[in-house]
Amino acid sequence: MSDVADRVRKIVVEHLGVEEDKVVEGASFIDDLGADSLDTVELVMAFEEEFGIEIPDDAAETIQTFGDATKFISEAA
Amino acid sequence: MFDLTGKNALITGASGGIGGEIAKSLHAAGATVGLSGTRVEPLEALAAELGDRVHVLPCNLSDSAAVDALPKQAVEAMGSVDILVNNAGITRDQIFMRMSDEEWSDVINVNLTSTMRLCKGVIRGMMKSRWGRIVNVSSIVGATGNPGQANYAASKAGMVGMSKSIAYEVASRGITVNCIAPGFIATAMTEKLTDDQKEKINSQIPAGRMGTPEEIAAAALYLSSDQAAYVTGTTLHVNGGMAML
Repeated sequence: MSDVADRVRKIVVEHLGVEEDKVVEGASFIDDLGADSLDTVELVMAFEEEFGIEIPDDAAETIQTFGDATKFISEAA
Repeated sequence: MFDLTGKNALITGASGGIGGEIAKSLHAAGATVGLSGTRVEPLEALAAELGDRVHVLPCNLSDSAAVDALPKQAVEAMGSVDILVNNAGITRDQIFMRMSDEEWSDVINVNLTSTMRLCKGVIRGMMKSRWGRIVNVSSIVGATGNPGQANYAASKAGMVGMSKSIAYEVASRGITVNCIAPGFIATAMTEKLTDDQKEKINSQIPAGRMGTPEEIAAAALYLSSDQAAYVTGTTLHVNGGMAML
């Protein structure tokens, strides 16, 4: 789990250019981390690539926060 | 002037007069081209003429599974799709009061829905590479209307609105989405017209003649180039002044 969180955090930090300590469990990509809707699509694409999983569109829409992402990926990977 | 070396372009309707010429001009500028169309023979003939950097990717655009598969096949063949030219189109002309649901939906499906699906299929790769060019071949009748072509005109006007919306969404990723709206272009289709009919058409065109496929290809080449990076969401009318929009 912590490994997944670290890898997800790294992607978020790189992609959105935010400080690492801002990327906390409840941090919303759009409201807290300054992502736009296209950024969230790209984040999902990056997660798919990093973890070798497929995230369908309806699931992608539920991934709003850093915690949502780590939870989904931990369950899927 | 325009260098497309290292770019991979997928062109639909490449078996037709305009599509074939677009493929030739992108190829001449250095691009690798994927030729798509329903009829394999003319695609093979064009591929033989172009020589290297060519892939033949037959696809029936009225088959939605085949449409979804096409971008993947193009990526397998070429490595990526950097430039997408949606040129394929059909007509099912009929006066509006007699137009069947089928005549309507056939044209909308092939001209508009397949264009949407192909755009969707290539945009992911373009987002990742932060570079992409989508050129949708619309028509003058999408802007002016034409008797007997309510379905065709709707599909071509739909293309323009869709292209503008996509252009908005992806502009920040280095992807441009534009339309070309040809007027009367001399192709196999217009060769069937009588001299009388041709004269009548030419009299409505300020330039006094029909356009050539090369003149549409030149517009496609420009919109595909690095030089057109700041041009997006627009429609380039190539019609000899027939409609000044």
